[in-house]
Amino acid sequence: MLNTNLTHVLSEQEHAKLLQENENVMICCGRMGPMCIPVYEVMEELEGEYTKVKFVDMEFDTADAKVIRNLPQVRGFQGIPFVIYYKNGKVVKATSSIQNREQVTAILDEKFGK
Amino acid sequence: MENHFDLIVVGAGAAGLTAGIYLSRAKVSTLILNEGAVGGQMVLTHEIANYPGVESISGYQLARNMKTQAQKFGCVIKSNIKITNLDLEGGTKSVEVNNKEVYTAHAIILATGGKSRTLGVPGEDKFKGKGISYCATCDGDFFQDKEIIVVGGGNSALEEAVSLTKYASKVTIIHQFDNFQALEHYVEEAKNNSKINFIMESKIIEFAGDESLKKVRIQNQATQEITEMIVDGVFIFIGYVPNTEKIGGKVALNNYGEIIVDKNMATNIAGIYAAGDSIAKRYRQVTTAVADGTIAALSASEYINNIKKELHLVSTN
Repeated sequence: MLNTNLTHVLSEQEHAKLLQENENVMICCGRMGPMCIPVYEVMEELEGEYTKVKFVDMEFDTADAKVIRNLPQVRGFQGIPFVIYYKNGKVVKATSSIQNREQVTAILDEKFGK
Repeated sequence: MENHFDLIVVGAGAAGLTAGIYLSRAKVSTLILNEGAVGGQMVLTHEIANYPGVESISGYQLARNMKTQAQKFGCVIKSNIKITNLDLEGGTKSVEVNNKEVYTAHAIILATGGKSRTLGVPGEDKFKGKGISYCATCDGDFFQDKEIIVVGGGNSALEEAVSLTKYASKVTIIHQFDNFQALEHYVEEAKNNSKINFIMESKIIEFAGDESLKKVRIQNQATQEITEMIVDGVFIFIGYVPNTEKIGGKVALNNYGEIIVDKNMATNIAGIYAAGDSIAKRYRQVTTAVADGTIAALSASEYINNIKKELHLVSTN
């Protein structure tokens, strides 16, 4: 399990339930490494500001993370974390590798509204 | 005043957090403002095995421990903000951040750290995470049985090139000079590895591909000849640059953009101190950053105490 303060998605079933129950979801699929940790920290900070968005993480090296790794939107991605933004269960944006707060908030504002 | 502190630390790496711990414990009201994630370069290290008293710890965990320790003493930490203006002159210093909020203090410690140097050539941003990486341990396994390039000639480049041969079928090291800056044993290890070959005196001038990186254009620095190479991935390890762009012109920097400090970590401006990877020094380690942060905190504390005495804010008995 990832050592963050975010809600952890541990299985394919939890992932499906999450998308069913939340209109706007940002999921960071990564490891506890230098490219991923800054993204988790940004998400932890944004949780209080973007109350209409559900912020979660998922461990990249688990079998169930295939729900992220096998998405057509991540084809060509060769850098963790894979970050997926869902609206009503559909992928609206996917990014690869480290992202800063400005980059993340720009996507949140564009896809989910301010 | 809610936004006034005795001292502001700019940066929350090992130096900044250490300063925060020392100052807050000494009841000096301290605010740490940090542009990125807490921990700075420390979180880039998967395992730290030479921090005295700690046999082995991840850089992330050590950073978290330092952050918690500082906060327990009352240090306020604001991370992932953007600093828009620094006013370092005069008795009251100020820092403006992106939401137009202005914080003031008697003194400032600049612990802005460093960041990985990028090549700055066309295609680099586009293919970051799609073939271009700056972290071998993070992304090496995406290149199983693939052909990759490592850019650089220092210790990190040579060491990571060898470690990437665990995954890649072929590793080509591209270096801009005709000799390496890495220590001899790193060079020997790379030269003795049958999967590694070398292109010297050359630079990548462009990255190209479609949804992921497919090829690079390489220019020989001696002949100016340009060639293309089909490649699956490129790892870039060309050192670090100090985060001093916002400080230049305000405090004295050397030719490398590093902040010049004296033995007390004082800069050329009264009440402005600096510590960690952003200062001019030879060795950049977590331990040296911690030492710099300690010295800066103690020096700044003395400075603040004298200022308060002048302002009759503390007893002179």
